Amino acid sequence: MNTEIQFQPEQASTLAPRVDALYYYLTGVSVFMTLLIATLIVFFAIRYRRGNKVDRSPLDLRYQKWMEVIWIAVPLVIVLSFFGWGAWLYLEQARPPLGALEIQVTGKQWMWKFQHPQGNSEINDLHVPVGRPIKLTMISEDVIHSMYFPAFRVKHDVLPGRYTGLWFEATRTGQYHLFCAEYCGAGHAVMKGTVTVMEPSDYEAWLSGRVPDQTPVEAGKALFEEMRCASCHQGGGTQGRGPSLVNLFGKEVRLKDGRTVIANEEYLRESILTPAAKVVVGYEPIMPTFQGQISEEGVRDLIAYIKSLAESAPTGEEP
Amino acid sequence: MSSEAVKAPRRHYLNESYSARSWLLTTDHKRIGILYLLSITFFFIIGGLAATIVRLELMTPEGDLVQAETYNKLFTLHGVAMVFLFLVPSIPAVLGNFLIPLMVGARDMAFPKLNLASWYVFSIAGLFVLYVTFAGGVDTGWTFYAPYSSTYSNTHVMATGLGVFVAGFSSIMTAINIIVTVHKMRAPGLTWHRMPLFVWSLYATSLIIILGTPVLAITILLIAAERAFQVGIFDPRLGGDPVLFQHLFWFYSHPAVYIMILPGMGVVSEIISCFSRKRPFGYTFIAYSSLAIAVFGFLVWGHHMFVSGQSVYAGLVFSLLSFSVAIPSAVKVFNWTATLYKGSISFETPMLYALGFIGLFTLGGLTGMYVATLAVDVHVHDTYFVIAHFHYIMVGGMVMAYLGGIHYWWPKMTGRMYPEGWARFSAILIFVGFNLTFFPQYILGYLGMPRRYHVYPEEFQVLNVMSSAGASILAIGYFFPLTYLLWSLKYGKEAPSNPWKATGLEWQTGSPPPAHNFHGQPVVKHEAYDYEALVPQEEPQPEREEVKVG
Repeated sequence: MNTEIQFQPEQASTLAPRVDALYYYLTGVSVFMTLLIATLIVFFAIRYRRGNKVDRSPLDLRYQKWMEVIWIAVPLVIVLSFFGWGAWLYLEQARPPLGALEIQVTGKQWMWKFQHPQGNSEINDLHVPVGRPIKLTMISEDVIHSMYFPAFRVKHDVLPGRYTGLWFEATRTGQYHLFCAEYCGAGHAVMKGTVTVMEPSDYEAWLSGRVPDQTPVEAGKALFEEMRCASCHQGGGTQGRGPSLVNLFGKEVRLKDGRTVIANEEYLRESILTPAAKVVVGYEPIMPTFQGQISEEGVRDLIAYIKSLAESAPTGEEP
Repeated sequence: MSSEAVKAPRRHYLNESYSARSWLLTTDHKRIGILYLLSITFFFIIGGLAATIVRLELMTPEGDLVQAETYNKLFTLHGVAMVFLFLVPSIPAVLGNFLIPLMVGARDMAFPKLNLASWYVFSIAGLFVLYVTFAGGVDTGWTFYAPYSSTYSNTHVMATGLGVFVAGFSSIMTAINIIVTVHKMRAPGLTWHRMPLFVWSLYATSLIIILGTPVLAITILLIAAERAFQVGIFDPRLGGDPVLFQHLFWFYSHPAVYIMILPGMGVVSEIISCFSRKRPFGYTFIAYSSLAIAVFGFLVWGHHMFVSGQSVYAGLVFSLLSFSVAIPSAVKVFNWTATLYKGSISFETPMLYALGFIGLFTLGGLTGMYVATLAVDVHVHDTYFVIAHFHYIMVGGMVMAYLGGIHYWWPKMTGRMYPEGWARFSAILIFVGFNLTFFPQYILGYLGMPRRYHVYPEEFQVLNVMSSAGASILAIGYFFPLTYLLWSLKYGKEAPSNPWKATGLEWQTGSPPPAHNFHGQPVVKHEAYDYEALVPQEEPQPEREEVKVG
């Protein structure tokens, strides 16, 4: 048994030292308050023990109200500083920087699957380059899981039916824990792995050293054809039975009921699985649901393909 | 009847009748309190045994004592038994039932039959949980998160849910009784601002129970509807939203934390005042901070969901509101401490528990600040840090207060004194064992050990072994009161009516009280803690001379 006790996990992300600073501020205030209360209790308990002859003249109650005001106001100011500092970091955690490397994550009972944009995928273990923001887009196939990297001080739940995300930028190469933090059944405690932070050149070598599967865009294109999506969504300028998917991603879409929505991942996913929920103006709700026919990974590949249609649209490529 | 010391056997609620029928059909609030005491002690032992196996398993990083499935059922049983069948009913249903009518000078609760019904309903809930335990258990955790509970778990979710659902009704019945009794049955002269702080805190608790518990019942029904009839409410595959479950669950279960701690605060206010011989400093602030906690408690549930996928802006609002609960809690701690100032303090067992409570509640409250702080909570959420935090409040706070209260009112409830030396010794043992058990878990949590893991990386072992060692001391500490309190029923010294020279109305009747509590209607002419006027001072008081000099 290793008998050494650590007091904080390794700091391996840009966020880690900043969260730790706030943690030590909280700890400083807590130690001070605990010592203050404990000292007062011990001091009063000894000085005013029954039988000890000390001054017990009645309290001057004129000051009582002011004491109450002070011990309401001072803690209020302190807790507001906790709130402000914590909120500032939380907002940064919630906004991934532009140009982050996006890795797709699927959680299921009881494993994690990671899909790199270059097509490499891995189970339970994750390899990332140091010094570059990494954005995880996550979804669950079944129950709620939670992606947790203690060394990066980040965690976010992974939900079925909806994408969630988290981001981090690793600052130190090495191997760190990756845990499922939300109880998900019998295998919860083994739904964990190792995140390996590598030099960018090593990361490139790692990517090329593993046989890449299809990239998500290629896989999405294959699935698009297999499911015969093109028979309605044939794209281009011609009016098919369904709206064109070219140059769609990120644009505003007008719906039949007058609302407008942004064509983001969540919208595309919903339109594949429950097409009748949001029908584009000028079209009939004739598309069948693909719920249960396409896996979460398949849906993600299709979205990657539709995204690529927007990125490559100016070159005039047709689907 | 060992009544050699009693000259003429005095009639009281315990010796009115000895038949089983007289207990099982009693409408006497004091006897119902005793029935509850027996029931919840039983479930405390069940929950404690489950925790013992959990701590033993965590001695090593491997899963060697029990496997995952069993471990998951054990921590679920521990949580369900401790929260719903011990902590929630503990002080309100045992001490509340016994003391509220005595403290307000009434003959009984407002609805005595409803009171008895609540115990039967509670027993039905307990039977459900026992059935589940012997039929194979349930593995969802006491939080029942969907869709795991509604679709995926193939253990006894429905029966457990029913048990919790039924238990909720028993607490609602008790709460209605307390609220109506406090409003309608106070003795002449007992104005709101003359009420003991224990009554204030149970009044606030009862408000939360009545407003919150129905939401828990609704949530359980929705889980049942999805599980039994595939009605899509929480499972996205059926068209539901899993985060909705968490909103509903915590809308009850966060206020439930205050259901569990407010009564403890009431007990501590009584004890601190009695053993300092002083009116609680800031009586009105303590009284109204209970109501403030009850109100704010309903506005903070989203702080359990900072990483759940709820809106970032909702997270900001819930964080800010959570800090608002810190203020009334801090007010109480400062006021209790200030009560000691210029008091005349003695250190009987209840006082040791109360002083221990202040220390542990302070630590638990301060670590509550960490988990209310957004960015820190992102890291420690669902780790042992959270486990340590709420055990400091629930065990370090509530169980210490409960034991303090049991010792304080034991002479009144049974007519016997407990053995002071043993009791002091075990109070200190419990304090030490508790800290050894749970303090290492704060560090484990910050290091990143997730909760509900039966296997864990090796570097966490030292702290886990320390925690398990502490738990064994804690277990011994709990075993002592169980033994010597039973012993005292036969061999304890006869208790006088007011052994602590306390001020409450409950001390102005016999120990144990007669079946109808008071001979004649008590009339209140003083505020609750007027020691000068209410407690006869037999012995010469050295501090009084001091007063004249100073």
